[in-house]
Amino acid sequence: MSHSTSSKTITVALIGNPNTGKSTLFNALSGARQQVGNYPGVTVEKKQGRLRIDQQDFTLVDLPGSYSLAPRSPDEMISVDVLLGRRDDVAPIDVILCIVDSSNLERNLYLVSQVLEFERPTVLALNMQDVAREKGVLIDVEALRNRLQIPVVEIQANRGKGIEALKQTLAQAAHQEPARPESPFPEAFQEEVAFLERVAREHSRDLPRYLVERLLLDTGGYLEPILDRDVDQGIHEAIQEARTRLQKAGCPAPGVEAMARYGWVSKMLDGVASRPSIHRTTWSDRIDKVLTHWAWGTIAFVLVMLAMFQSVFYIAEPASFMIEKLNGWLAGVAESVTAEGALRSLLVNGVIEGVGGVLVFLPQIFMLFFFIAILEDCGYMARAAYLMDRVMSRVGLSGKSFIPLLSSFACAIPGVMAARVIENPRDRLVTILVAPLMSCSARLPVYTLMIAAFIPDIPLFGLRFFRLPGATMFGMYFLGIATAVVVVFILKKTILPGQAPPFVMELPTYKLPSARMVLHRMLDRGFAFVRRAGTLIFAVTVVVWAIAYFPHHESQISPGLLAKRSELQHRIESLENSDAPSAETLLALAAKEKSAVEAKIAGEYLKTSYLGAAGQFIEPAVKPLGWDWRIGCATIASFPAREVVIATLGVIYNLGEDETDAESTSLQQTLRDAKWDGSDRPVFTIPTALSVMVFFALCAQCAATLATIRRETNSYRWPIFTFVYMTSLAYLGSLATFQIGTWWLAG
Amino acid sequence: MTTLAELPLGGRAVVLQVTGGDEISLRILEMGLTPGVAVSMVGSAPLGDPLEIELRGYRLSLRKNEAARVEIELPAADSV
Repeated sequence: MSHSTSSKTITVALIGNPNTGKSTLFNALSGARQQVGNYPGVTVEKKQGRLRIDQQDFTLVDLPGSYSLAPRSPDEMISVDVLLGRRDDVAPIDVILCIVDSSNLERNLYLVSQVLEFERPTVLALNMQDVAREKGVLIDVEALRNRLQIPVVEIQANRGKGIEALKQTLAQAAHQEPARPESPFPEAFQEEVAFLERVAREHSRDLPRYLVERLLLDTGGYLEPILDRDVDQGIHEAIQEARTRLQKAGCPAPGVEAMARYGWVSKMLDGVASRPSIHRTTWSDRIDKVLTHWAWGTIAFVLVMLAMFQSVFYIAEPASFMIEKLNGWLAGVAESVTAEGALRSLLVNGVIEGVGGVLVFLPQIFMLFFFIAILEDCGYMARAAYLMDRVMSRVGLSGKSFIPLLSSFACAIPGVMAARVIENPRDRLVTILVAPLMSCSARLPVYTLMIAAFIPDIPLFGLRFFRLPGATMFGMYFLGIATAVVVVFILKKTILPGQAPPFVMELPTYKLPSARMVLHRMLDRGFAFVRRAGTLIFAVTVVVWAIAYFPHHESQISPGLLAKRSELQHRIESLENSDAPSAETLLALAAKEKSAVEAKIAGEYLKTSYLGAAGQFIEPAVKPLGWDWRIGCATIASFPAREVVIATLGVIYNLGEDETDAESTSLQQTLRDAKWDGSDRPVFTIPTALSVMVFFALCAQCAATLATIRRETNSYRWPIFTFVYMTSLAYLGSLATFQIGTWWLAG
Repeated sequence: MTTLAELPLGGRAVVLQVTGGDEISLRILEMGLTPGVAVSMVGSAPLGDPLEIELRGYRLSLRKNEAARVEIELPAADSV
């Protein structure tokens, strides 16, 4: 971290409205030299890049895209604090680079008018000239430069045009006089700002003028408490007085700001930029006409969503297949270089499994963000939110929550990550918290196994095509959705209350997505996941391996089994050296017998491990769910990932590892034959199978999702909350299912 | 009083004022729906809500209940 000590590095803040090509410009300027982190306590990503212009080092600080610098939440406060140099973790800003959409100058200059008030050397980058031209917008750049009194550079960020000129301008701007704009506000307002500045100084507080303005305008009362140390009672009263006077003077806060700034914008653009008085129909308008049409738009939407969902869903299967292959290969290598024992088991079942548990999500994350990046870059993302808003607002969310939740049916991890498109922090959090309730692809093996083994294949309502297994599967998906609706409702009424956020949203002009941008976004999201969530997932896998492996002492195994194993070992060795014609057949038989004994031993090790002990310890708690201690045990073992429950059930019921996957008939048969310890009563009845399914539909048995929630919310509070609420719901749902099911079958 | 929520498809109008002083009204103002600005109704989502409007050379979507905060003046019938 040399930037704070080296006087040579120049810090540039990059700011702009959403949909102006800000990220494209950031990448064009800083290339691969980027570092991404989080600002503590908020969910805003801290993104910095480095660049060199003429032997001069620059740090580029990317600020979140926003329409206005009027902070109403800690997330929105970040930009203001960075620009004012009020943060310890970001060097003071030397130059502000503001990017605007040339085809939409009027609205973009609103933010510019705020940025100028920070009185830093400021550079304006006019992007998207092509769109402006097509819309018939004409801009006299020279005149604009004179009006604004700051350097203005024309660029086309997605084609890399004008970037060199922009760099040169930035290099010069660092030595330039800061912007000293005339205030856009009416006289009366400026007088009140001066008055408040005086009051603040009397209270020995030196507040930057921009914050004083904001204090005056922030009638919602957000700023006062967070500037608590800077604002005391005297200042509070002065603010109230000033607002009363403004009201009388006919320029009431907060409305005066928009009026004043848009007034300033018109003055700046008068005779400088013009748009045709008669709206010119662009190809973007024609596309929009179709894509927001009640029929064609709906059809197109369904098709796009279907394509996206299916791609993510179907890539999950070959992905896990490839990862398994890779794991198998790595396990082979590990086995060849280590002796039988704890180290080998740690490598094979802990480390390699753990790495696989991280990597298995990568293809899905890549795939989903490939689609999301395209949708965002071409402008359809906002339309998708627009089309779905009515439906989603019925359940208390907005249209922006639709894609994250839809993605979660494939996998909650990219779903939770996709919730970044929701700017409202409360809505974003609620969406993240319910995303894991959507039945993801990892639940499918559990459903498949239980349904295939226990749900009778009978038609419902006499319909040949509507049968009980299918209906059960549908029921599990529906259960997740219905629960999510209720949870959203409760969260919004209790711990995350507040007014529904507005849906006042720009519908950007359509454009062709840039391949480089899409690729960048996709890789960026994937590696962010590996870097930030990977360690936690890996650690959990190793811990669960350890409790399932230790104490691992031969005294845990019944002597008969051990004797049998060494006898078989001897028999195999002698048969291998034998020339008898029947040796081969006998060898195969012995090997088969040995692997059955090995499976029994593995089962006994697991039963007597710490995990087994834990399973037996919690048996009284899971008995009302219709579970024996083995199911309890397998459930604990599946904390890293739900699908692990199947392999664990296989081991605990003494099946060899290669016989355990969801479609394996031997596993299904074994489960059907399973008996309660010391009795003839079968463990699995239909209510028990349903109870297991309901539990896995609602539980948060996925370390990767929890690690992602921790990363996305930048706090441990929310993953813990998610785990607790989902596990409680899972337990209660499972309990109700078993009890009602048993009572119903008995009656 | 006519509001933006009642502007028919393809209709044009001029904003008179935005009522209310809360976060939603502020957001509406910040996005450029200030008194005197010309707006036109481009369309609505398949279920009739939200709405898509055009102002200041760009497209904006907002819900009907949000548009109802925007008071507008319709052009005189003969000037359409």
